[in-house]
Amino acid sequence: MKENKKTYWKGLEQLTNDPEFVKNADREFPEYLPISGQEEGGSSRRDFLKLMGFSLAAASLAACEAPVRKAIPYVNKPADVNPSVPNYYASTFVSGGDYASVVVKTREGRPIKIDGNKLSPITQGGVNAIVEASVLSLYDKERLTGPYKGGQLSDWATVDKEVAAKLKSAGNVKIVTNTILSPSTEKAIQALSESVGGAEVVTYDAASTYGITKANEMYYGANVLPSYHFEKADVIVSFGADFLGTWISPIEFAKGYSKGRKISTEHPVMSRHYQFESNLSLTGANADYRTPIRASQSGLAVLALYNLIAKKAGAATVRAAAVEVEHLSKAANELWASKGKSLVVSGSNDPNVQVIVNAINELLESNNSTISYTKSANFKKGSDANMAKFTADLAAGRVGGVIFYNCNPVYDYPQGETLGQAIAKAKVSVSTNQTMNETSSLVQYIAPDHHYLESWNDFNPKAGEYSLSQPAISPLFDTRQAQESFLTWAGVSTNYYDFLQDSWKVLFNGQSEVSTFQEFWDRALYNGVYSTPLASEAADLTAVGDVNAAAAAVGKAYTASNTGAELVIYQKVGMGDGTFANNPWLQEMSDPITKATWDNYLTVSQKWANENGLKMFEGETKKAKITVNGKSLIVPVLVQPGQADGTIGLALGYGRTKAGRVANGVGVNAYQLLDVTKGFVNYDITSGVSIEITADSYKIGQTQTHQTYMNRENVIQESVLSEYKKDPSAGRVHPEIYKDGEFVKPSKISLWNGHKYSQHHWGLAIDMNSCIGCGACTIACQVENNVAVVGKQEVLNRREMAWIRIDRYYSSDAEAGDLDGLEKASDNPEVTFQPMMCQHCNNAPCETVCPVAATTHSSEGLNQMTYNRCIGTRYCANNCPYKVRRFNWFKYHDNKDFATVNVAQNDDLGKMVLNPDVTVRARGVMEKCSLCVQRIQSGKLAAKREKRKIQDGEVTTACAVACPTDALVFGDMNDPNSQVSQLLKIKENTTSAVKEVNEERAYHVLEEINVSPNVWYFTKIRNKDKKEA
Amino acid sequence: MSIKRSLLSVPFRFCNMALIFFLLIGINAFAADPEVSDSDEAVKAGESLFNANCKTCHKLDQKFTGPALRGVSDRRDIAWIQSFVKNSQKVIQSGDPTATALFAEFNNTVMPAHQFLSDDDVMNLLSYIEFGGKEEAAATPAEGAAGAATATGGVPSEYLTIILAVLVVVLLLILIVLGLIVSVLTKYLNKQPLEEDDKEFINQKTDLKKVFRSDAFIIIITAIVIALVAKTAIDGLFSVGVQQGYQPTQPIAFSHKLHAGDKEIPCQYCHTGVEIGRSANIPSPNICMNCHMHIQNVEGKEGVSTEIQKIYDAIDNDQPIEWVRVHNLPDLAYFNHSQHVKVGQIECQTCHGPIEEMEVVGQHSALTMGWCIDCHRKTDIQTAGNEYYDKLVQLHAESKSKDALKVKDIGGLECAKCHY
Repeated sequence: MKENKKTYWKGLEQLTNDPEFVKNADREFPEYLPISGQEEGGSSRRDFLKLMGFSLAAASLAACEAPVRKAIPYVNKPADVNPSVPNYYASTFVSGGDYASVVVKTREGRPIKIDGNKLSPITQGGVNAIVEASVLSLYDKERLTGPYKGGQLSDWATVDKEVAAKLKSAGNVKIVTNTILSPSTEKAIQALSESVGGAEVVTYDAASTYGITKANEMYYGANVLPSYHFEKADVIVSFGADFLGTWISPIEFAKGYSKGRKISTEHPVMSRHYQFESNLSLTGANADYRTPIRASQSGLAVLALYNLIAKKAGAATVRAAAVEVEHLSKAANELWASKGKSLVVSGSNDPNVQVIVNAINELLESNNSTISYTKSANFKKGSDANMAKFTADLAAGRVGGVIFYNCNPVYDYPQGETLGQAIAKAKVSVSTNQTMNETSSLVQYIAPDHHYLESWNDFNPKAGEYSLSQPAISPLFDTRQAQESFLTWAGVSTNYYDFLQDSWKVLFNGQSEVSTFQEFWDRALYNGVYSTPLASEAADLTAVGDVNAAAAAVGKAYTASNTGAELVIYQKVGMGDGTFANNPWLQEMSDPITKATWDNYLTVSQKWANENGLKMFEGETKKAKITVNGKSLIVPVLVQPGQADGTIGLALGYGRTKAGRVANGVGVNAYQLLDVTKGFVNYDITSGVSIEITADSYKIGQTQTHQTYMNRENVIQESVLSEYKKDPSAGRVHPEIYKDGEFVKPSKISLWNGHKYSQHHWGLAIDMNSCIGCGACTIACQVENNVAVVGKQEVLNRREMAWIRIDRYYSSDAEAGDLDGLEKASDNPEVTFQPMMCQHCNNAPCETVCPVAATTHSSEGLNQMTYNRCIGTRYCANNCPYKVRRFNWFKYHDNKDFATVNVAQNDDLGKMVLNPDVTVRARGVMEKCSLCVQRIQSGKLAAKREKRKIQDGEVTTACAVACPTDALVFGDMNDPNSQVSQLLKIKENTTSAVKEVNEERAYHVLEEINVSPNVWYFTKIRNKDKKEA
Repeated sequence: MSIKRSLLSVPFRFCNMALIFFLLIGINAFAADPEVSDSDEAVKAGESLFNANCKTCHKLDQKFTGPALRGVSDRRDIAWIQSFVKNSQKVIQSGDPTATALFAEFNNTVMPAHQFLSDDDVMNLLSYIEFGGKEEAAATPAEGAAGAATATGGVPSEYLTIILAVLVVVLLLILIVLGLIVSVLTKYLNKQPLEEDDKEFINQKTDLKKVFRSDAFIIIITAIVIALVAKTAIDGLFSVGVQQGYQPTQPIAFSHKLHAGDKEIPCQYCHTGVEIGRSANIPSPNICMNCHMHIQNVEGKEGVSTEIQKIYDAIDNDQPIEWVRVHNLPDLAYFNHSQHVKVGQIECQTCHGPIEEMEVVGQHSALTMGWCIDCHRKTDIQTAGNEYYDKLVQLHAESKSKDALKVKDIGGLECAKCHY
């Protein structure tokens, strides 16, 4: 390869590597450039001219010689890989118990995009931000390149020989893992366990729901996690369970929840959702009625609800301290009224609270309707008790050998520090983690696992539901599938692929549809999922638990009159438990609620801030010292509307020390503050918390300053269900413009001639009732369109590059001048999410101001941005009423200043994730949403090649595909049968740019300026009795 | 130019037609087997079958991977041909002496079975083998010439030249006449009794020096010089980065002239991606090996050619061949081969030039944006039989435009067609 490369040089100085040249090579002008032209002494004007003449010659020399580029074909081209033609493989994303069935898009054998698998009965084509971003983790430079022994790179033969021998002689081997969804992996571990004389498997989850499984064991005698059917519930009550964001299976729940929230004039029905919580969660932000409560009262609130329901049901009530919780009795009335179609969930990890929740659901007859124990879920199998025992055993030196299977307890287990110090006490310690993380760095041997996109595996997320994952790329490094390692150490000679197929032969034998195993396997692999029918649909469970005992325990643990500070530790939608912290896309994704990036922080109420003299302005804040039972952390404070007074929120997933260059040192580790003294991991610390504000100032990189939303009725248009039933256009604002003595619709006055769209007219309809603000679309857009990550400092400079953002508005009905009213509003405001991207205006203000016609209108309704023509005047961004244009202030690619944040455009490995059909933008040009024009073009081309019309749904944008709630619908508004036309009720088939939209809920943001966007929003309808704050 | 060609082409065409006619008569007269039909349909059907199944290994009049086929219906009987085509191995294994000899003659190269071909298909193939091919070669130039003649509209360039020449002659004549008139008048006036001043005026000589020094002259010359320099500079800047004519030496001296020209291998045989995707694909060595398993040197030479050896080496060492990219589009421009070749039905040569005549491939076209746009302005859309375009065609018809539907009419000049 080398000998063919030419050397290019601009001048002799470069060729000879002259020190002066090298010194000045990176400067625009060498220092001595004589602009003033002094004749005597120094250099003369003549020298300057000579210099310029030389530079000109050098520059033209450089310009004439284009570099030699190579075109390297395959030696033996695989039959089904064609350069430039994408291939798709069904697979499964699994991280611990987090599950999503996915379709992987590969180009030239490189996975570049993850989409949801629509065939999956669980995730149903939905994804979330973490799943979307997981493709970049494949190309993480921090991944281990081979097996390690004692901190040094070793080889598999050595590691295998030593580990196998040591495990056999160690005695009392423990295998520590997060929830395992894979039956074949469990079998492989079983094989290993038997070979070393019975190793115990210790399962824990960083985000534990031990309380639920434990409560089910106490109450029903069955240690299982049920399926929850939010789509079947008319009334939903959640006590701090963030089921749309992070709780158990958020993609599945978001899908179900949104089904119950879609309304139309034909079907003006939606579920009602009550949320009682301390932190403002994503789920709480979507609730119809949200009540902030102290964590110390949460158990009592559940008890109070039980008593209210029990009274109606004629069942015995339990003794409970009185607690005043707004909306609770209303919720109880409605739950009872829709008995059998209601659902109560709680995010608490306290088994006693969960027993009461079970008792409530039992009274409400939710089992077998909104809750299914037959379709039991396997997402969380962790046992806090086992893990605590293991930690104690390890610390006491009672453990001979330990294997950490893809888990990182040193970081994400509350007693991680103790555990980390004790690892050395085991005779042999092994990790299968992919990176040198907090746990791996302390073990003797690392046998790094493949990334999930390089692996074969099977999963059993729920009873009767199976899915497969298959490699979409050959292993990038000398890693080996962990299951393969287990089998090797167990002395089993079958490779894991055969092992996997062997266990699927059981499934094959249990069916009669397909006659050969090969066909059965191929079909399952093609679909990615396989379902077997359940023996019976209805669970036959009898409640055996003691409600009174549980109630007594709850009564003891919770109090109605706590006045001290309480810490409620939660997960962020984008960061989760911190496993993927080294992924810059997730770090820079703005949190749906706080809109903060690159940080975790203490969320406090406005009242607390006022009392403690903290004033926060546009991210400018102070750091505080929080002390929890003797452990102290210094964390910045963020004033959060909706935060229950007296409580403080702090997110998990930050404060990594050995995650890699992106995540190290970002935020603080909240796991160490968690309480394990009660026999379970307690995320609500209600005593022993103190907080004091320090003098240190700090800036949090927020992408939207959180101000109470007032008087922007034409941006967010909303109403309540009762009003909507009376008038479908309730909440709509119809601005009028004064012209020639009368008021007319803004669309009647126009400076523009209008366009004609002969073939397609692309449009996007966004239902704000369905949008839950989860941000999956923002990451999907980032992956699809090669959007740069800019890092915290540039976010602070307001230069983030996101093409689609989700605007989060708080609202109240207080007048702008009513300060008291506003303060009350910020205690518990209503929240509205609005995805905002280029609106592709038919009368685009940006197009008219561009001096070089770099942004123009297409004949299909798109506002086109031509990077190579843009000269960077930024007039367009200034003239854009929606502020959706993004300017490249720097060269973000191949720039060492951004190497640690923008990894997808800086190192060779990271660059493999880039979409080859989209340009990586240069410095000094404007960019913005293109409505995924590359997807439109390729869809059109496919139709043309096959000589047919485009079918609806064939062409769609990355954001619309990713949306787990189907809030975004993209399509051709010229096609009367397309879903978008149906939604907007476009009847006539015209080629005009201005379509007659008959859907009453549909509106344009800022209609009064008549820029005539091709993006339509549907009014937000809350299921409230009457309009209120 | 085009006038000449189109005028010349008329006798040519006559000649060709006559030639074909005589050839056909001749062949008909001597055709050994009356069963091989010479009807146009049969030849046509045979041609498409031949191109699809036989062309990679057989030629009509030349030995290739397999024997030259013309006259095969004289040499063998029809039934034998049919069974051999359908499954040659069966015939060989049955011990047929002709078949065994043939197999040995062509290095034991296995001819794939074609059991999907019916007897009628084989008859059609034979029709093409005996009567086809020749007229093709003869007809091409005629067609090309006719096409060229119809393509040019308006005033032919020859007329313009003639008119210009006549104008120049006329102008020169006028100049001479004017000169004569001046000298006659001067002579006449000198004979008249005139005042000194008038005489001086009549006899004054043009002072060239004065003319050169006059402001008007200097301004005009300066303006012209500046304009020329500016034009050269702008033209020069436009050509920066344009690599037209770039003809690098490749790691293997592969000749498109030999493969695409002389051997008539269709472009798509090697460039497999051209109808399905963005990139046309440079063939991987395993595609080369389809033929070069048997062909180890240029015709008539013994041993393995050093260039062909490089393919074998690549495969043996599992080391890809690093071709030098000839056509480099900047990253900001998106180009898709399938759009142009499959949908637009553009010939490869339209952009890549006479590739079948190139020993070493060079960049034929400028590949500048102006060049792309120019073609998008001129090119008609292939709407026939493509349902995708139905609505556009209908709207175009309603607009009563006189021109055919061009690429530019459906957004072919818009930025986001190529830049995103």
